[in-house]
Amino acid sequence: MVKVEGLDKLMAEHPFFQGMDEASRKTLAGCARNERFGAGDYIANEGKPAERFYFIRSGTVALEFHLPSNDGLVIETLHDGEVFGWSWMVPPYEWAYDIRAVELTRVISLEATCLRKKLKKDNALGFELYSRFVPVMAKRLSSARQQLTDMYGKS
Amino acid sequence: MTPVPFTVTKRTPELADTFTLELTPAAGGVAPSFLPGQFNMLYAFGVGEVPISISGDPAHSGTLIHTIRDVGAVTNALSRLKKGAQIGVRGPFGSAWPVVEAEGSDVVIIAGGIGLAPLRPAINHILANRTKYGRFVILYGARSPADALYVKQLQSWRGRLDTYVDVTVDHAGRDWAGNVGVVTRLIGRANFDAHHAKVFICGPEIMMRFTIKELADLGVAKDDIYVSMERNMKCAVGHCGHCQFGGHFICKDGPVFEYARIESLLQVRGL
Repeated sequence: MVKVEGLDKLMAEHPFFQGMDEASRKTLAGCARNERFGAGDYIANEGKPAERFYFIRSGTVALEFHLPSNDGLVIETLHDGEVFGWSWMVPPYEWAYDIRAVELTRVISLEATCLRKKLKKDNALGFELYSRFVPVMAKRLSSARQQLTDMYGKS
Repeated sequence: MTPVPFTVTKRTPELADTFTLELTPAAGGVAPSFLPGQFNMLYAFGVGEVPISISGDPAHSGTLIHTIRDVGAVTNALSRLKKGAQIGVRGPFGSAWPVVEAEGSDVVIIAGGIGLAPLRPAINHILANRTKYGRFVILYGARSPADALYVKQLQSWRGRLDTYVDVTVDHAGRDWAGNVGVVTRLIGRANFDAHHAKVFICGPEIMMRFTIKELADLGVAKDDIYVSMERNMKCAVGHCGHCQFGGHFICKDGPVFEYARIESLLQVRGL
């Protein structure tokens, strides 16, 4: 049984949900779970179904690619107040990379199937959620493009 | 305008392609004093001259310290010098980081790659006069953990209770427990007062552009941002025109500029 009341309060403290009306938040909290991962735990693996997405309350996670010749290449770290795992939004709903907790990490996660059902019924909530996701995605895309420039390389 | 002979008293390898030279006047005495952000022209005899920022402590200016990246013929010649070798030095030249004007404000240092070297004298000055400043933030981005400059010093600065230091790299292996991502991602977490801060930036121009945009989004005023520019400096006194940048000469009017003065020029393609 999900304790919606407590999760709703935790969600309200996360920057992603700032300014969201209480009713919407409570609806989303119905799909939520409070979780913690120890340092080194894998939260997601490339190619596996993206069944949840995550809001970091505290801690650090690393987004990494597994390379045949290497242990793994970390391409980004995310910290308190950030979100990860929008593979749940895009078919075929599979993780695009591995996600590992670098240190003890506390998150709120939302279950994707539950969420998709709710958003199909409530388009306004869907719009609200996507409006919050798009700026995050745009910022992440901009960072990735900056990394592509290899800006510290020899010029 | 005539190079003065200096002797290499120490050569320290920093990274695979980067090294630091410590220089003292060959005729004895002490090296001329300098301001944080200024540069010298270093002359590898028979090869040529290059502008290199001074990266030592301005309070201990008896010797000259230059951190140099081996990227061309002259820097390659400098990289092969051993203790006891001589080079020619002209300088110091150029404008300085406004460390005195920044007193009373938060100070944010943002460096990328070897851009930490020209900022180190400013960091030294601020740390030596720490009580005159508000929150002091140092943000540094490098290509990978192995490419991070002055690692021991970054650790030492981070160990101080009055200085916030955050470092990020573009990519890393699993054995790296620090940040991965662009340096701009560190800015929002640094928790300084955007309306009462002076920001000093040095790094590749593209990194400075992205950084300035992020700072503007936070509300930092353009005239509180200072950048160190790099162009093809030759004479170092504004005569030859090689480093002309719009109506400015980087060697004489810079290398440190208030961003508001050169904002429009940074958007001119090919300049």
